[in-house]
Amino acid sequence: MKEKINRLRNKDLISIQDLTVKEIELILDTAKAFKEISDRAIKKVPVLRGKTIVNLYYEPSTRTRISFELAAKRLSADLVNVTAKTSSAVKGESLKDTIKTLEAMQASMVIIRHSEPGVPTLISQWVDFSIINAGDGSHAHPTQALIDMFTVREKRPVFKDLKIVIVGDILHSRVARSNIQGFTKLGAKVVLCGPPTLIPKYVEQLGVLVTYDLEEAIESADVVMLLRVQFERQKANYFPSIREYSKYFGLDIDRLNNHRDILIMHPGPVNRDVEVKSEVAESSSSLINEQVTNGIAIRMAVLYLLAQRSKKV
Amino acid sequence: MDIFIKSGRLINPKSNCDKIVNIGIKDGKISYIGNDDIAASEIVDANGLIVTPGLIDIHTHLREPGREDKETIKTGTMAAAKGGFTTILCMPNTFPVIDHGTLVEFIILKARREGLVNVFPIGAATRRLEGNELAEIGEMIELGALAISDDGAPVMNSGLMRRLMNYTKMFKVPVISHCEDVMLSLDGVVNEGIVSTVLGLQGIPAASEEVMVAREIILCEDTDCPIHIAHVSTKGSVELIKRAKEKGLKLTCEVTPHHFTLTEEAVLNFDTNTKMKPPLRTKEDVIAIKNAIKEGIIDVIATDHAPHSQAEKECEYGIASFGIIGLETALPLVLTELVEKEGISLMQVISMLTNKPAEIVNIDKGNIEVGKDADITIIDLNKEFLVDINKFVSKSKNSPFNGWKLKGDVFATIVNGKIVFKEGDMIKR
Repeated sequence: MKEKINRLRNKDLISIQDLTVKEIELILDTAKAFKEISDRAIKKVPVLRGKTIVNLYYEPSTRTRISFELAAKRLSADLVNVTAKTSSAVKGESLKDTIKTLEAMQASMVIIRHSEPGVPTLISQWVDFSIINAGDGSHAHPTQALIDMFTVREKRPVFKDLKIVIVGDILHSRVARSNIQGFTKLGAKVVLCGPPTLIPKYVEQLGVLVTYDLEEAIESADVVMLLRVQFERQKANYFPSIREYSKYFGLDIDRLNNHRDILIMHPGPVNRDVEVKSEVAESSSSLINEQVTNGIAIRMAVLYLLAQRSKKV
Repeated sequence: MDIFIKSGRLINPKSNCDKIVNIGIKDGKISYIGNDDIAASEIVDANGLIVTPGLIDIHTHLREPGREDKETIKTGTMAAAKGGFTTILCMPNTFPVIDHGTLVEFIILKARREGLVNVFPIGAATRRLEGNELAEIGEMIELGALAISDDGAPVMNSGLMRRLMNYTKMFKVPVISHCEDVMLSLDGVVNEGIVSTVLGLQGIPAASEEVMVAREIILCEDTDCPIHIAHVSTKGSVELIKRAKEKGLKLTCEVTPHHFTLTEEAVLNFDTNTKMKPPLRTKEDVIAIKNAIKEGIIDVIATDHAPHSQAEKECEYGIASFGIIGLETALPLVLTELVEKEGISLMQVISMLTNKPAEIVNIDKGNIEVGKDADITIIDLNKEFLVDINKFVSKSKNSPFNGWKLKGDVFATIVNGKIVFKEGDMIKR
């Protein structure tokens, strides 16, 4: 019998790296129970009643912000959305002052998104309440990786030797980093594919394989996860044009034809016809919408579990 | 006699001297070295202690004028005195920039009035450090600048750099180069490596430094102007410098204590006191640097003392200022990490902190001999202590070494025949 745990060790969720395999499984199992709540007519349980959650965004986000908001509301917490501007180190309100202000207002938890890597780590040292990382620069996006693991697990329950291919701008992707950590922890094989300019030089030290050839990458793959290509990257000459990027790394039906059972994922928002053709994004093997649905369940699980262990809430 | 230092173990690399002697000081000069007992107004018992020429740091940032909230000539020289440094050179990136004679004179006069140690400015290579037009190099040198550098704002235009070196060589001072190709480092904040990959922080590749080290070597050979490479941080740079030295070029270099003690792994918790340029590199680079010290490829140890305010460091990693302070920890780090752990001789490390830097910037210091300036550092090799940033006399506290246990510290610092620091206390003038 596998031993199970029922609590998380840390007060914060900052990176998948900080979680043990058992903690990941606990979150996924908890999310499974919460997913069922979202299918009910009354999608609400009172477990976080009286808790104040701050959804703090230093970078624009629609999906993640709404997903966390719905998750908190379905658990009956009070949630406030705050959008803030990154200040320079000396001008404007400093990060520390903002966080200390939220502490003085007796927030129970802060969900934070920031364009600078390390911000959740930094602020977690300043306060006693839980910090949940909703994406910090290119560093980590742990709830997205948990969603992706949950979504894959629903279709392929055994992770050992599963081949997960991540295609695109690995260099700038927090989703890729968190998924590399998560899937390798659970025993899957991770293969990265993209132009060499967008694959970090030292990434193989994380226990992944790298190929610049999409055909080779998807051969015998179980899951192909496509990352959004930012148009700015073309301006910085990471590749010559979107057209050429799409030619080598865009997933279309022809490339998929021999591999019909491959599951297609994308953390969104999708650039149709750039990293993925519409017919692939909308095909029966696409899990893109399920990822969004599962997002709420995962975030309910994370909020619930952190509230359980946190002293102050 | 003013001061009599009794029974200390004198280590004077210039004369390759290592023996127990008495030293007498009169009128700011060394007046006696020998075994006799001589009466003096002040006797310093150096029994069991090391006596060396006063340490010289050719790479500091004093922030005055312009950012006196971070450091002043007064507080920076206090930190120097506490750290055993009797002479420091300050970089020109102040506000305004030290790019003309008046500013050089200001620094020297202010330091004479308020400073605890000898201060010599490094003049800017280009006006406002903008990399466009040469500054009035000759006048700055005439008024006391000992070297020329745009330091952290490297001269990217190779044509201008060549002209700068060609022009400067007639004044017989070195051009100091902070080797960084800014097009290769771009917005990078840490070493490009496994740590930058994991943390998602923008990397600064080793190539950013090495491309410029290679350029400076080529221009050094081409112009015959002495060049000094600041804060070498990569294995590749060490290899390039080794080859250049084998060719006999007028090229010297320095390393900082943080580049031989810390690796990129120190960044893993996003501590902004691990953010500096060049960035902390890999274990392999650190080993290469220590080996280069052992082989004599590295000429000097310099601090790159770079004070920053709490607000400039207590913030997002990407936004935090580059740089850490080093004057108060340099010697203990050298003694602990190089002498104690690596078995490098005291004679060698003291040389890298005294006569070698003096030779590079052509000053008659770093040598204990009768008639020379009485700049002396007395060191207690056995003193163990925990680094405590709250005890720093520098105005800034941005050090990654807080809490480190180190062995070996300054017992006393004597500048121009006056004790400025002794047994933990600054001595008022």
